[in-house]
Amino acid sequence: MPEAILKVFRGEKDSGTFETYKVPIEEGMVVLDAIHYIQQNNDPSLAVRWNCKAAKCGSCSAEVNGRPALLCKSRMDKFEPGQEITVQPIKTFPHLKDLVTDVSWNYEVNKKITPFTPAPDANWTFYQEDIERVQEFRKCIECFLCQDVCHVLRDHNRKDAFYGPRFMVRMASLEMHPLDTANRLKSIKEDAGIGMCNITKCCTEVCPEDIHITDNAIIPMKERVVDEFYDPIGKFLKSIFAGK
Amino acid sequence: MANYEVHEHDVLVIGAGGAGLRAAIEASAQGVNVGLVCKSLLGKAHTVMAEGGVAAALANVDEQDDWKVHFVDTMNGGKGMNNWRMAQLHAQEAPERVRELERWGAVFDRTKEGKILQRAFGGHKYKRLCHVGDRTGLEMIRTLQDQGIHRGFNVYMECAVTKLLKDGDRISGAFGYYREDGRYVLFKAKAIVLATGGVGKAFTVTSNSWEYTADGQALAYDAGADLIDMEFVQFHPTGMVWPPGVRGILVTEGVRGEGGILTNSEKKRFMRDYLPESTKSEFSVDDEESKRWVEAAIAGQKTDAKRPPELSTRDNVARAIYTEVKEGRGSPHGGVFLDISYQDAARVRKKLPSMYHQFKDLADVDITAGPMEVGPTMHYIMGGIRVEADTQQTRVPGLFAAGECSGGMHGANRLGGNSLSDLIVFGRLAGLGAAEYVKGLGNNALAINNDHIEAAIKEMDEPFEIGKQADAKNPYDIQKELNQIMSTYVGIFRNEEDLTTGIAKLKNLKEQVKKAGVKGSKVFNPGWHMCRDLTNMMIASEAIAHSALSRKESRGAHSRLDFTELDPELAKFNTSISKDGDAMKLEKTAKPVMPEELKELFAKKETK
Amino acid sequence: MNETTAATHPHTGMTTRNDSWWLAPGLVAVGFGIFVIYATFRAFENNFYEIGPIISPFYSPKLPTPSWFPFSAAFLILWMPAGFRATCYYYRKAYYRAYFMSPPACGVKVWGSQGYCGERSFPFVLQNLHRYFFYLAVLVLGILWYDVFIAMFSEGLNISVVSLIMLANCILLSGYTFGCHANRHIVGGGMNKFSDAPGKFKLWEFVTHLNEHHMGWAWCSLFSVGFTDFYIRQVAAGVFSNPTLIPFH
Ligand code: SF4
Ligand code: SF4
Ligand code: FES
Ligand code: FES
Repeated sequence: MPEAILKVFRGEKDSGTFETYKVPIEEGMVVLDAIHYIQQNNDPSLAVRWNCKAAKCGSCSAEVNGRPALLCKSRMDKFEPGQEITVQPIKTFPHLKDLVTDVSWNYEVNKKITPFTPAPDANWTFYQEDIERVQEFRKCIECFLCQDVCHVLRDHNRKDAFYGPRFMVRMASLEMHPLDTANRLKSIKEDAGIGMCNITKCCTEVCPEDIHITDNAIIPMKERVVDEFYDPIGKFLKSIFAGK
Repeated sequence: MANYEVHEHDVLVIGAGGAGLRAAIEASAQGVNVGLVCKSLLGKAHTVMAEGGVAAALANVDEQDDWKVHFVDTMNGGKGMNNWRMAQLHAQEAPERVRELERWGAVFDRTKEGKILQRAFGGHKYKRLCHVGDRTGLEMIRTLQDQGIHRGFNVYMECAVTKLLKDGDRISGAFGYYREDGRYVLFKAKAIVLATGGVGKAFTVTSNSWEYTADGQALAYDAGADLIDMEFVQFHPTGMVWPPGVRGILVTEGVRGEGGILTNSEKKRFMRDYLPESTKSEFSVDDEESKRWVEAAIAGQKTDAKRPPELSTRDNVARAIYTEVKEGRGSPHGGVFLDISYQDAARVRKKLPSMYHQFKDLADVDITAGPMEVGPTMHYIMGGIRVEADTQQTRVPGLFAAGECSGGMHGANRLGGNSLSDLIVFGRLAGLGAAEYVKGLGNNALAINNDHIEAAIKEMDEPFEIGKQADAKNPYDIQKELNQIMSTYVGIFRNEEDLTTGIAKLKNLKEQVKKAGVKGSKVFNPGWHMCRDLTNMMIASEAIAHSALSRKESRGAHSRLDFTELDPELAKFNTSISKDGDAMKLEKTAKPVMPEELKELFAKKETK
Repeated sequence: MNETTAATHPHTGMTTRNDSWWLAPGLVAVGFGIFVIYATFRAFENNFYEIGPIISPFYSPKLPTPSWFPFSAAFLILWMPAGFRATCYYYRKAYYRAYFMSPPACGVKVWGSQGYCGERSFPFVLQNLHRYFFYLAVLVLGILWYDVFIAMFSEGLNISVVSLIMLANCILLSGYTFGCHANRHIVGGGMNKFSDAPGKFKLWEFVTHLNEHHMGWAWCSLFSVGFTDFYIRQVAAGVFSNPTLIPFH
């Protein structure tokens, strides 16, 4: 039976070693299967998060050969036979053990976002074309791979100044909801720090849900922020036409 | 003495899937102090895997629909085993709960008139399932999660409860540990809502995630509640069968709802042969009529054509597929073919996006170009903790249960789409019930017995002690063996001989479980967690096997090869499992009787 | 089966990626480099930009330069399309990666990690003015379309190779310009309820289609603009000929 060679980071709190394991390859196997094989046969204490095994829950985020990816979506047949496969925890969040990191920061950020605010007398009739954009954003499975890869968080560690792409997506889903009445633009600019993003699109590259994070969420919101804060002429003209 | 953290809440909700979140939201809305414990991160619960939709008689697509039809469909699907009151509450309240989700920001697919779109599903007479493509569960959990975080309740993530604590008869708290670092935690709570989901991990081929280890069922059993109708285990007819790594993962019923066709290796569309006489009249008579139904559904038009036979109830379809495969007409990897590729590729991608990606990414199959291979997978348990319909309280004062871990709502077989609605309807009622109960207690102080805590700690420390011994067992090996036993002897088709063998084997395995040990530290140690989960799964497995042996008939999801007929007498009783000292006690308890005015709903149907 | 080494951090070095991640930013860096050098050379050359009524896109419209102005007329024009491209969302991504290495590729460490402020402070905060450049670019584009018209119809119908190249260039430039994110926002992206304005929705959908391939349009039109100028230069310098395909006098 063909074998794969996995180099898996083992250790606690940022300190450990890369252990090498040999795992027999089955057809259709994904890296998470290989990790489970190690858990069952070599070491039951190998820590990894997972739930659905179907790329739907966003638990099994890690870095495979340096690329942020879902372990349950990384097929083994993508790799050259005999090539070592390196599996690391995600980098941006504090390391706990083996492949598990502490992603609680994300949950704290989410709380700061103004929730969905429909008008009390809203008429709940709206059409498919009104929500298509929002539905794309709501596909997000909160794997936080985009947060991991975003250099603002990953390399510059500016968690103080930037909510990260996941929450740009979330804010966009609220801002573009046909019935939402809250205005988050100031908070998008100042608290969420949309200006920290330099639209280099790594979030889009890694998103397992194929959400066009940069093109459909961040850039349109940057344009809305421009409307409000950087385009005095446009604002002036609009106020004239609105008859104010 | 080991250290532990202490938290105090009025209501502690265990489990943060749809039911748990909804319960927590409701309890907080009632003004009591709430804590929510979840074994995974928030928003990862198995609810995200629900695909097809949430059943609610909104009548947006088929105007004839109303709660009564939904109620009748549910009872028929459950072969009369349902708790009538739960089925009634469910059908009545589901529409309001769905609208509420929309007001909280859920974005359902729309009809041309701008209302919530509904699709057809197995066992539902009308198009009733509100959906978002095929990721309805994700939409629901995210909506509840985002609603919940602004309600001010505490969330304890990656935390597992191992013991419920009582003061006399009453619930007074819970003990558990954090998966992250293994530290122990004590929750003082006046009421507890269990919403821990199912038991899938006791079976080899299952659509359930690792979390589904019967925690709630076992905790409640241990605390003195009873489990009813545990023999009714639903095998979803369509799980992936290939490749091995994804075996069991769900293929939504939505594929059939959108017109998917089941064929065997002889290219025969076999479902029509398996329709029970009693429901035949509800289905199309030939492929031509099915085709008209599908075309009308795609065009969003009304039609007098009846639905295709693939939309029969899950138990039927699962047995049909099982039989086809067993009789040698299966697909190369031991399933049958499910085909939607005859439809426009762009539409398929639009209506079933996650199915498209699931097959593309995981199996390298393009479902718009060719058929999928599917086979039955253990999916859901209808039985569970017995609760009072209106409050969701168990027979233990202060202990409530909602969602899959509770029993009664779905009877002998659950209809697709009724589970998401179950979560929000009964999640809410449980939260409400718990809050009312707490208010009723007043300032009654509840005590926690220190010995119980000590015992709970000892139980959790044990696997490390055992792990040092030479004959320690690997918990994963034990789980594998449990899976083997359950799938072989307590599977889709059952008979006395198998069940008795299974029960004997389970008994042996119980001794092994006591020897499960682990090495390493308590920091995120899955092997250690598994040791604890095994105990829970053993309780549920035994309950299932004993209940199955005691029900000498075939009804809904429970199929006995030695008793193939339905016995009307047996619909009058629930199978009840409870703890009697160290033994498991099985009783037949009388089922609540449906009032006349509801009975009439069925009579009317028959005269038609 | 386990070989153990000394304790280490889970992430060391620049990246763990073992694919050719440097290739894409490398190609971008070279591609832009060539264009910028060529464009600068042409702007200074101040010659070979006209063939009769035909004028190179680098020099159109031909503005009169005041006597004190030391440079060619191209400088009066080029800043507009240059500014448009420099503030374009796609080009920003491309040059932040290729030249600023911020980051060079995904999962690869940024170069120099001190004092990063994204597009929040000077000079990058000026990127927010992109829509003004969009307005100017539309103006320039209009003139280029006029130039195509002149090239084809000024002396009766005269479809020459150069005029066809100019036409292709204008089509590519239009695809690029109208697929702009700022335009996408202006035509309807700023709305929340499309069903209120079906016309705007259709327009937005169209722009969205263009926008999906914005990178492709950006590169093709960059190349075509350079090539158009190059061809005109060679014809004007007498190196290439400009055969007429459909003459009509
Ligand atoms: S596009 Fe913005 S948010 Fe996305 S990875 Fe790049 S800098 Fe981060
Ligand atoms: S936006 Fe995509 S990458 Fe980011 S968390 Fe959501 S699913 Fe993951
Ligand atoms: S396990 Fe759910 S996304 Fe990988
Ligand atoms: S975004 Fe590229 S031109 Fe505006």
